[in-house]
Parts: sequence; structure tokens; C-alpha cells
Amino acid sequence: MTGPIFIFLVLAAVAIAGAVSLILYRHPIHSALSLIVVMIALAGLYLLMGAEFVAAVQLIVYGGAIMVLFIFVIMLLNAGEEERTNFSTLATYGGVPLAFAIAGLIAAALSRAGTEALPAAAQGGAVSSTRSLSMLLFSEFVYPFELTSFLILVAILGAIVLAQREN
Amino acid sequence: MEFLYKYAFIIVPVIKIAILVFIVLTVDAYLTWLERKVIAHIQARWGPHRVGPHGLLQPLADGIKFVFKEDPIPAGADRFLYFLAPFLTLVLAVTSLAVIPFGPGKFTIWGYTTTLSIVDLNISLLALFAITALGVYGIALAGWASNSKYSLFGGLRSSAQMISYELALTLSVVGVLLLAGDLSLRGIVDQQYIPHLGFLSWNIAGFGKGYGITQILGFVCFFIAAIAETNRVPFDLPEAESELVAGFHTEYASMKFAMFFIAEYTSMIVVSCLGTILFFGGWLSPFPDSWTFTHYLPSLLLIPFGLWVIFDGMRYETIFGRIILPGIGTAIAGLGIALAVIRPLNDFAQGPFWLISKVLLSLLIYIWLRGTLPRLRYDQLMGFGWKVLLPVSIANVVITSAVMFWRMPR
Repeated sequence: MTGPIFIFLVLAAVAIAGAVSLILYRHPIHSALSLIVVMIALAGLYLLMGAEFVAAVQLIVYGGAIMVLFIFVIMLLNAGEEERTNFSTLATYGGVPLAFAIAGLIAAALSRAGTEALPAAAQGGAVSSTRSLSMLLFSEFVYPFELTSFLILVAILGAIVLAQREN
Repeated sequence: MEFLYKYAFIIVPVIKIAILVFIVLTVDAYLTWLERKVIAHIQARWGPHRVGPHGLLQPLADGIKFVFKEDPIPAGADRFLYFLAPFLTLVLAVTSLAVIPFGPGKFTIWGYTTTLSIVDLNISLLALFAITALGVYGIALAGWASNSKYSLFGGLRSSAQMISYELALTLSVVGVLLLAGDLSLRGIVDQQYIPHLGFLSWNIAGFGKGYGITQILGFVCFFIAAIAETNRVPFDLPEAESELVAGFHTEYASMKFAMFFIAEYTSMIVVSCLGTILFFGGWLSPFPDSWTFTHYLPSLLLIPFGLWVIFDGMRYETIFGRIILPGIGTAIAGLGIALAVIRPLNDFAQGPFWLISKVLLSLLIYIWLRGTLPRLRYDQLMGFGWKVLLPVSIANVVITSAVMFWRMPR
């Protein structure tokens, strides 16, 4: 087994383990921490593809800022352990078969297309460096980029309006 | 030997890491001593002076005390997170040192050429911010896992404070990044190097290779935000003893408490290194390159200091005073003489000497602040962070980019 594939498998296993434990843990803080583990593993995967900038931003924004807010809110509300409920009828008869169907669909698509159909890893060198990434962002993708920031601004304003209404 | 040459790319970094961690932990220990001494003298006291000459063995005594103290776990604590929190805090604080370059020099051991930093990343500044961004978890989790109201409030305050001031910290650096056009700390220092200008080419004065814009505004924001990020006075509300006992580490004792302590001092060192590199030219000398006589400044400082340590040690009757202190003094003076005599060593030591001097000065200012300023109130802290620091650092970004655009060769 070559080095990169080994690292990929380790990181992928960590990410999946984090995601599964996120669902299985009963305390919100433990779930949030599992989510942080997933974020860090994803940052490692980006690094493996040679996208250092995206990896660092993943850690700063998702690992640092957003998840700190999650933890902060959970601590502030002092949320206790969740009650474990049984599966609803819809989840048992509709959800489980659907989940298997989607997993089978993805597996079938991947196995038919072969390894060439995973272009994310191959693109690594082209848009990896900070400079080329920002060049792309401010030339080719400038409208989607600005629209996204506008969307976030609207969300912020909405949050302020909602908070003000109570006073 | 064959083995060493073949695996030098693993062995050399491991040795570098071991040396760096050893040095940093020692410096941390003596930083507590220095802090107590300086604050004591600010308040017209003597500070530690019982254990060893000048209280120099006090850090050792504290360390032994930490190891042998009882380590109770509070009832109802989340055991795993309670243990994880101090480890996380310490590991992240020490890891962030890995990207700091301590000098320009390169050296070759066993056929492996390496630099004066653990790793040289082309995004080292972002990597540093990524590591410090995770640092808040240690404190927040310590507060939550202790199952104590004081700890919880300390953890909450610290999370809120770090979220607020991290924005200002990151934005205050953007001006420097615009000037350097590079995310690596090495590139940022290189941009501040103009041989005949000395300290005028540093970002704080602003006559570097960029567009001649001073970053004083950015530095002020960076400095204040950095103090808040490291939870130091006057922003040490997470551990405000008059209202929260000891904040997030109320329920921690013995080595686990010491880990939080070491982490705090390590992040002080990291932030001082970062501020020095970003705004004060890192390892660059404040004098023009043509003043070659300033190369003997390290010797000029080290030799008298070593001699003073020797003669001061002779006055004591203990083993530490009589034998170890003169030994250390001889080593310091010997290093000074070696630096004066051996030319390549002298050239190599210039960078680290200036970087270490600036970092020590910055640490001294940290301690001085602690001895001078009172603690802020919580609403003042949040108001200042959001209403003053954040707008000012954004204004710095706008001003810097506007001037750069205006002066850009077209």
C-alpha cells in the first residue's frame, strides 16, 4: 500500500467514525465534538489533495469559528442528555430501504465509472495554491462569489431582525 | 552512520522538535519566575527569593509541587473530556510553534539541509491561525467538563471572548499580507528587508519592499487582540478570581493545572514571535547592513552578563550558588566569546539573536501590562472588541489596500 492511499484510508476511517459517533452519542457536546473530528479529518483529506489553502480555511472557519459557536450555544443552554426514542414507522419502512438504495446507487455509479471518474484528486495541482484559487474566485467565479457573500449578509440581517423583534 | 544519512529526513526533524520543546518548556518555567519578579518589583516587593539565589530554583520547586499534589476529580465530571481538555490545550499551544521560523540560516546535518524552523509551509500563517482557532476548545471543554458553575462561566466567557477577538486578530494581519503578497512567515520577513534602511523597512515603520504604508494601526489591533486571545490581563475575564474563583481551571489541580499554565505561557511566546515576525521584521537587525560592528552586540551583552553571573554565584554558600551558577555564567560568557571569535557562528547567530531579543522585549511588555492595568468589565470587553477593535482593523485593511491601489505602478 502506498503512503497517500494509507493516509487517505486512515483519514476517511476517522471521518466516518466521527460521523457515526455524532449520531450515536446522546449528549449534544459529545456529538458536537464528533463533528469537529469529522471537520479535521476532512481538512486532512483536502491537504492530501494538495489544497493547503482550503484545508487551512476548513480548520479556521468550520473547525474554529462555527463549531465554537455550536459548543458555546450548547454550553449556554446547558443542554442535557437526549432521550432515546424508537424509530418512527416512516423511518423504519421508508427510511432504511431508501438509505440502502442510495448507498447501492452510489456504489453502482462508482464501480461503473471506474477510477477516472473521481476528478477531485486529479485537479489538485491546478487550483491548489492560494494565488491561483483567488485568481479564479475574482475572475471566472466572481458573480457566484459575490452573490454568496450577499446571501450571507441577508442571513445576518435576518438574524438581527429576528433578535430585535423580541425587544 | 550509513543509517543516519539514509534516515536524516526523519531523525533531524525529530531532534529539532525535541530541542525546541525542551527550550520552550524551560523558557515557560522561567517566564513564570520572571513574571513574579517583575510584578513584585513593580509593586515594591522582592518576589520569590527563598528557593535558590534570586529565587531561581522556584520554578523547579513549583514543578515538583505540581507533580506530587493530589489530583481529585470533581463528582459528576465528564471524565474523558475532563482529561482531554488540558492535553488539548497544551498540545495545540506547543504545535503552533512548529511553523515559526527562528532565523534565516540554513544548515546541513548528515546530508540533510534544514532551516531554523520545524516546518516551512507556504501557508504558515494560516496554519498558525488554524491551530490557535482550535485552542479555544481546550478551555471551553475544561469549563464544561468540570461540572462546576464557576468553571462553566469561565469556559463560556472564554469562548465568547475568543470568538470576538479572533476576528480582529485575523483582520489586523491582512494589511501585512497585502504588503507581502505571501502567506508564509518567511516571505513576510523577506518583504521587510531592505539592506540600507534598518528598522525603517519593517512593517511597523512601513518603508519595506511594499508600497510604503505603515502598519501601526494593524499592530495596535493585533497586540490588543493577541492579549485577549491569550487570556492575559487586562482581558483575563475567563479566570477573574474575584468573581469566578479561578474560572475554567477552578476544578483542576496538580499536573493538569500545570498544563493549562504551560499552555498559556507557550501561547504568549507564540504570539510574541508572530507579532515580531509580522510587524518588527522578525530576525532582521534594526541597523543598516553596512554597520558590521553591530554584529558584535550579542558578545557585548553575553560576556558581561556571564561574568556577572559567575561573580554573583560566588557570593553564595550553596551548591547551586557556588558551582552551578558560575558554570552557567562560564557557558554564557564562553558563548559570547565564541560568537566574537568564530566568524561563521557570528553570522549564523545574528538572526536568532535579534528575533529572541525582540520576543523577550515583547514578553516583558506583556508582564509589565499585567503589573499595570486593571481588569476590564465583561460588557466593556465585548463592546470594545466588536465596536472598536473590529472596525479599526477593517479600516486598516481598507486604508492599506487603497494606498496600495493608488501607488500601484500602472
